[in-house]
Amino acid sequence: MTHMTLKADPFNLIVTGVGGQGNVMTSRAVGNMLSQLGLHVTIGETFGASQRGGSVMSHLRISAKSSWSPQIPLGQAHMIVSMEPTETLRVLKDYGHPGVTVITNTRPFYPVGVISGQLNYPKDEEIRAWISELSARAFFLNATEKAVEIGNPVLGNVIMAGALAGTGELPLSREIFQAIMATRFKDDKLRMNMEAFDWGVKSVKTE
Amino acid sequence: MTDIGSYPENSRHLLMGNEAIVRGALEAGVQMAAGYPGTPSSEIIENLAALSKDPSRKLYVEWSVNEKVALEVASSASFAGLKTMAVMKQPGLNVAADYLLHLSGSGVRGPMVLVSADDPGALSSVNEGETRHYAKLMEVPLLEPGDFQEAKDMVKWAFELSDIIRNLVLVRTVTRLSHASGTVVMGQIPEDGNKAFFKHNGFILDPNEGVIMSPPVEYKHSEQQRKLKQAAELFETSPFNTYEGPDKPELLLITSSICSLYSREAVHLLGLQDRVGILKIGTTWPLPRNLMQKHLASTDKIFFVEEVLPFLEEEVKILAAELAGDIGVKQFFGKKDGRLPMVGEMNPDKIMAALAPIMNVTLPQRDMAYAARANAVAFGGSPHREATFCPGCPHRASFFTLNTALTMDNRNGFVCGDIGCYSMAVLPAGFSTLKTLHAMGSGTGVASGFGKLSLFGLDQPVLSVCGDSTFFHSAMPPLVNAIHNQSDMTLVVLDNSGTAMTGFQPHPGIGHDAMGQTAHSIDIPSVCRAMGAEVRVCDPFDLEQSRDTLLELIDRKGVNVLVLKQACALSPEKKSTKRYEMKVDEAVCAGETCGCNRLCTRIFSCPGLVWDKESKRARIDEVTCAGCGFCASICPRHAIQRKEVA
Repeated sequence: MTHMTLKADPFNLIVTGVGGQGNVMTSRAVGNMLSQLGLHVTIGETFGASQRGGSVMSHLRISAKSSWSPQIPLGQAHMIVSMEPTETLRVLKDYGHPGVTVITNTRPFYPVGVISGQLNYPKDEEIRAWISELSARAFFLNATEKAVEIGNPVLGNVIMAGALAGTGELPLSREIFQAIMATRFKDDKLRMNMEAFDWGVKSVKTE
Repeated sequence: MTDIGSYPENSRHLLMGNEAIVRGALEAGVQMAAGYPGTPSSEIIENLAALSKDPSRKLYVEWSVNEKVALEVASSASFAGLKTMAVMKQPGLNVAADYLLHLSGSGVRGPMVLVSADDPGALSSVNEGETRHYAKLMEVPLLEPGDFQEAKDMVKWAFELSDIIRNLVLVRTVTRLSHASGTVVMGQIPEDGNKAFFKHNGFILDPNEGVIMSPPVEYKHSEQQRKLKQAAELFETSPFNTYEGPDKPELLLITSSICSLYSREAVHLLGLQDRVGILKIGTTWPLPRNLMQKHLASTDKIFFVEEVLPFLEEEVKILAAELAGDIGVKQFFGKKDGRLPMVGEMNPDKIMAALAPIMNVTLPQRDMAYAARANAVAFGGSPHREATFCPGCPHRASFFTLNTALTMDNRNGFVCGDIGCYSMAVLPAGFSTLKTLHAMGSGTGVASGFGKLSLFGLDQPVLSVCGDSTFFHSAMPPLVNAIHNQSDMTLVVLDNSGTAMTGFQPHPGIGHDAMGQTAHSIDIPSVCRAMGAEVRVCDPFDLEQSRDTLLELIDRKGVNVLVLKQACALSPEKKSTKRYEMKVDEAVCAGETCGCNRLCTRIFSCPGLVWDKESKRARIDEVTCAGCGFCASICPRHAIQRKEVA
């Protein structure tokens, strides 16, 4: 087993977004990287019909000592990685506390109630102010836009994983990410994944 | 999909609970697996099916037509001496229950395991039915993994146990285990399996070569109970029952399944490790009596943590009553005294809230000012996300048409429903078209009955819907029933070419099977015609034709079937392809002055068709729109226009 020490043990990470955005992929990629370092990782998630266009959330419990449950207790997330800005607020409501770090994609994914004109979606500046107020550190990335620029919106997830690595809160490195991606992708796809990861790392470091 | 079959012995991997179950079955040497898709169980057969495509593995895997047939198919392999498994979600266990009672009475030959997945809290179900009670009812042993490693190890051992007692072994998993992931250390996968041969020429009661059946009932039933007792004896020393805590705890917390992880966390967060002992039961039925006695004797206070109903609580209380002379009188806490709810799933917070007052410790509170502010912000800042059909989903079009036809018909017609993505049609997403919602196939059975109520003056058109997979699963018998009994009803088959909700598993209407082999596909309209129904087939994206056909059918006596055939928008052959380029002609769209009351966005509500607050016009969201073309037919001014993609 590992001799690593974490900033908190268990370290509680929530990956959130809207069904179909690729949450499961992000949480699994991050979980696999940490697991390969010898850490105990539990990922709690649900999927099925209820997730069509709905809010989704993965709970990652990372520990050097033992396995933890697939549900983080209320108010105990150390880090929130969010693919959708209003989902960040929803997660902060239940799992946030003044010391939490937040990385959020700024691209809205409108609920059907907003599309149909029944509900209002808050303005970008409002969301940023609220998230900043409710966290110790907050990073805002236009991951979707950058991902489309690199070649595929799904790479937004990789950008977020890169940003998570960039915060230095967890022992995630470029080398491990590349090794895992190289088992799945080759050539151009691998290059695009690494470009997305690097952009993610850079975007939290320069802020 | 990860290749669970290739991980070497002793390697560590992050596995989903369902993947761990698959690995356990492989390590046991499973040769056949059959099931019917259902969240949260589907990934088990899916992974096994993928592995079976390697012919060197000698594994037969099938998606059966329903869970009862899956259990029957899987048992045949056991009768032929092979290692076999059936997999289903809990409501499927209800479907399989008839055969299960017979099978548990007849006993098995080759090792046989039945994995049933519960969904406490109904995260992706319409009920939170329980598997554990079946173990007691059917008199078979039940194992419940408490974590990911156990999910693998226990399934492997379940095969060994079945081999010892010569009866089926039930394994219960739950969503939070099946769909969560954790670290698992691999074991060895055996190379060779048994050869299949069904011995049937022996003395009629010979368990190895006689007739496989439950009669003579009293003899076979006593044999079944002897096997159960044998399992209970093995459970006394099972490594799956664990205890952590002091020798003489102030409180003994008895738990099982994923609740053991929540319980450990709650005890840790309250700092009660030196005062509370946790007895985690992996062999839930029958309970190992001596082990229970030893732990019950260690303290006077017992607290039960389980999902959903108080199964452990009631069984341990019976044991405690029987043992009262030896262990003394106990004080019990759990669901019966209302400290924990008898509905929904558990989590560390619920357990802490119940445990803190019992142990007279303070419950750690969140920063109240922060929580209040976060709550206020989310209330205004996180608009609710109601579940809806995907962009380009044929169900949205089908229900729009159903709703339109019933409104035009104006006789208060209604639709009875069942299980599938289309269950969402009880919501505004499906224009609140479904008025009853029950089990697979039940909409048609209920409609068959409604269709006879004209005797009592019922003069409303009666309709039901079912999906294509559901049609084969359990809508055929009620359709036969309706035709035979001359009911007046119309069944609408929402045929989207696969078991879409659970991930496009093939069914008997599809031309390939679970293992990717060519399969005989059965044509739904031909089946219905052969039964004697009046049958029509339409494309749900053709609003006018579907609507007019429906209006004709619901005005007709007898049993009618309308098959609305159009592949799911997420189906592999359709995903990311657009049939039409859509646009809203701003010059034609009259916005709020039209008089349509924003039918397209307010009512139809496809995520690809947006109400633009600035221009006060409808607008196509190019990124989201799937190009199905249907919305062009709903705009009264023809402002929504479609152009076929070359």
